[in-house]
Amino acid sequence: MDQHTPIVELRNIKTRFGAQRIHQNLNLQVFQGERLALVGGSGCGKSVLLSEIALLLQPEAGEIRLFDQQVQDLDTEALKLMRTRMGMMFQQGALFTSLSLLENIMLPIRELQKLPESLIKELGMLKLQLVGLPSTAAHKFPQELSGGMLKRAAVARALALDPNLLLLDEPTAGLDPVSANAFDELLLELHATLDLTLILVTHDLDSLWRITDQVAFLGRKRVLCKAPMDELIQQEQPDIQRYFANTRATQAMNRNQAGEVL
Amino acid sequence: MASPAAQPRIIAESDGSVVSGDWITAHLKRWLQLQPDLQRLSGKIRLDCQQMDTNGAWVFLKIFGKNPTSWPQGLTDNQLQILELVRSKQESTPSQPSLNWLAKLGFHTLRSFRHGRQLLDFLGRLTLALLAMLRRPWQCKVKLLLDVIQRDGLQAVPIVALMAFLLGAVIAWQGGLQLQTYGANIFIVELVAITHLRELGPLIAAILVAGRSGSAYAAQIATMNMNQEVLALKSLGQDPYAWLVLPKLLGLLLALPLLTVLANLAGLGGGMLVASVQLDVTPTAFWQRLGEEVNVAHFWIGLVKAPVFALIIVTVGCMQGMLAEGGAEGVGHRTTRSVVQAIFLVIIVDALFSIIFSNTGW
Repeated sequence: MDQHTPIVELRNIKTRFGAQRIHQNLNLQVFQGERLALVGGSGCGKSVLLSEIALLLQPEAGEIRLFDQQVQDLDTEALKLMRTRMGMMFQQGALFTSLSLLENIMLPIRELQKLPESLIKELGMLKLQLVGLPSTAAHKFPQELSGGMLKRAAVARALALDPNLLLLDEPTAGLDPVSANAFDELLLELHATLDLTLILVTHDLDSLWRITDQVAFLGRKRVLCKAPMDELIQQEQPDIQRYFANTRATQAMNRNQAGEVL
Repeated sequence: MASPAAQPRIIAESDGSVVSGDWITAHLKRWLQLQPDLQRLSGKIRLDCQQMDTNGAWVFLKIFGKNPTSWPQGLTDNQLQILELVRSKQESTPSQPSLNWLAKLGFHTLRSFRHGRQLLDFLGRLTLALLAMLRRPWQCKVKLLLDVIQRDGLQAVPIVALMAFLLGAVIAWQGGLQLQTYGANIFIVELVAITHLRELGPLIAAILVAGRSGSAYAAQIATMNMNQEVLALKSLGQDPYAWLVLPKLLGLLLALPLLTVLANLAGLGGGMLVASVQLDVTPTAFWQRLGEEVNVAHFWIGLVKAPVFALIIVTVGCMQGMLAEGGAEGVGHRTTRSVVQAIFLVIIVDALFSIIFSNTGW
């Protein structure tokens, strides 16, 4: 797949919950290797859009193309295959509480193809180490972990099948600044070494500056602008201005620039 | 999508062999099948590979070894990078700690002690909540109480009545077959009335309520517990027992005796129907004999058990809920336990009551 075919392409997406319209003629293209953040005010349908890309929700109308394939045309088997090429990390982790961490990661690998149990275990351990979890965490259960470790474990499960596309719903929400920073580093590192495209929903301005190379701003039921962060904050659009024109955003920007100088 | 050309295979060439195919997750099985052939290859090996992911890299390292000198030629920089990354993560799976029999015995013993303490703790807190409420009766959560009476009392009426009716009919039917052979048809009244009023009426009502409401209590409190709602109540200066347990206890103390009376009536109705159809004992004769020959004490003996059963059901259900931990499975586990324990205890206590009453001459 070359750089110029979009890995995700949304055309004229319409979504509605009851009488409430969430998306109206929304268009978005994401290219191979991008680190895209979806931002926008509360309730503007960021998470909904992410679920639609993950094929967990169906829009009312519109086209979704993933990996250069029209999703609507695919049969169940092909959809299943397509889902194995995407990893989704849910906001609360959504790890299965009745399974240990290692078993959580082993589950998708085991279900994909018949492999020796010892190999599946080794692959699970590999993923655990890739996300920087200590090997002692392997037999722990999700409820025994701290928030930061839980998020890492959730990423490990999302990466179990080595997807090309990693979707993250508020990955750093609820983490302390140190853990959040470390988590951002982890995402960058994974992106650099694996052939990954990242799409994340986030409110964390530090993360926005740190890890994204493209930001899609959602507002007025569509994508108002997709641009790198430094271009985005220069936009005249009033919604975008308002979102970033508070002190918190400026502080994050200053911090980021100071960091670059150092 | 993996094209057919990228399928793993070995191509023999004049001066060596070419290992063609992508080292990706979807091909792992195929690569493992090729492993013996790959390890047997001699001479120059060239790799023809478009993609590699970490799972594939792991299997690659398993087949070709961890030493870069033994790797085939033709790896791209990116693939070398992935291989390096995977090679650096070689920690083995830690062994799962398991207990020997002695440790297991100790673990289970300690756990039973802990359960005993938890029960005492629960009963103590419940008593404190009850005392606090008696001192300030206006603080009773009347709305929650009425809710319990409606949901666990009123809405259980159809099922309790139907079950008791059928049970009464079945007993009359089976008993009637025996009595008929002696021509002692009229004794069906004593048979149905005594078994039903003393034992089966209270029992069937309690078992149905344990299955219907006890499980709901456990699931509700367990979910609230995991959601930190119980802690939230505490942090707001409220006693969780006064909100979550006491209304259920008081509600069921009222509702279960009423349901027992209903079960008694329905059971007698079932017996009466079968008696008139099968044994030619008219309903009038049935009622008359019931009034003359069956001591009203049987009714009271049955009824006195109902509040005890209610206490058991609420205590078990709520305690299991309060003890729940560990996510969705914990809720299911505690709910199951609450029903099993409640029904078990109800039957044990019923047996104890029978022994006590018969020994004291009732």
